[in-house]
Amino acid sequence: MPTIVVDVMPKSELLDPQGKAVSGAFARLGVTDFSDVRIGKRFELTVDGEVTDEVLAAAEKIAGDVLSNSVIEDVVGIEVVE
Amino acid sequence: MSVRIGVITWPGSLDDRDAQRAVRLAGAEPVALWHGSHDLEGVDALVLPGGFSYGDYLRSGAIAALSPIMAEVKDAAAKGMPVLGICNGFQMLVEAHLLPGGLIRNDHQHFVRRDQKLTVANSDTAWTNTFKTGQEIVIPLKNGEGGYIADDETLDRLEGEGLVAFRYAGVNPNGSLRDIAGVTNEAGNVVGLMPHPEHATEPGFGPDTSAAMRSGIDGLGFFASAIAAVARVAA
Repeated sequence: MPTIVVDVMPKSELLDPQGKAVSGAFARLGVTDFSDVRIGKRFELTVDGEVTDEVLAAAEKIAGDVLSNSVIEDVVGIEVVE
Repeated sequence: MSVRIGVITWPGSLDDRDAQRAVRLAGAEPVALWHGSHDLEGVDALVLPGGFSYGDYLRSGAIAALSPIMAEVKDAAAKGMPVLGICNGFQMLVEAHLLPGGLIRNDHQHFVRRDQKLTVANSDTAWTNTFKTGQEIVIPLKNGEGGYIADDETLDRLEGEGLVAFRYAGVNPNGSLRDIAGVTNEAGNVVGLMPHPEHATEPGFGPDTSAAMRSGIDGLGFFASAIAAVARVAA
């Protein structure tokens, strides 16, 4: 069954406390290759049937209205995977 | 006839009973409302209490902001009814776009609980009119996701238009931008804040003051303000 994957990230200009905490753990491990970590969310929307333009439009709408809050987050990807 | 203030309960609400008690102590009649209903039962004002609705999955308050009764809350807010969101209720109000900004995990990652000093930044709202602008009050704070954020443009607008209702004083407990603890809408009827006024409404159960332990009742002014605002509209 096709799945629509929606990726949501905290806005780049805003603080991401979770990413900062993970970044701090890297430092404690002595890992110095990565200067920053940001944590986002991946949603997998299962579609019963074909992914039509209407279904994709519905996914885009729900991604903006519910899955993300545009004040603090950006939808960075909407992708159909089989 | 006494003013009737509705307190909406969600699954996971913790402070609904405390909010009802605060309403009663302030001299109004508390009305218990249910998130799954579409009936505000003719109340004069609304409190969205604190707690953890729907496990705070997705984002704090996000799923609760989609519950049935929120349609009526939005209508009532648009018509000028006083609406107060406390903690999780504040998160619901920003998720419902009734208030600007957003709330994220505390910058230090820890849950914080303390008696918090606030400065009243706008005393011209339905929930702050018994205070004076610049007045300092102390009420409890307890949250894990209380960091208030918005983009610089929004923050400038909030400050320019006097929409910051409360600022953290002394200590910024959660990394909120520009020390913002609570905000109001343009009309001044919808107010949200992270700290808990309902926990500072009865001597013996509030924050410590210089006068006596647990004697702080600064939270009572929020509910007295709403009663005054409703009376003013009725007059």
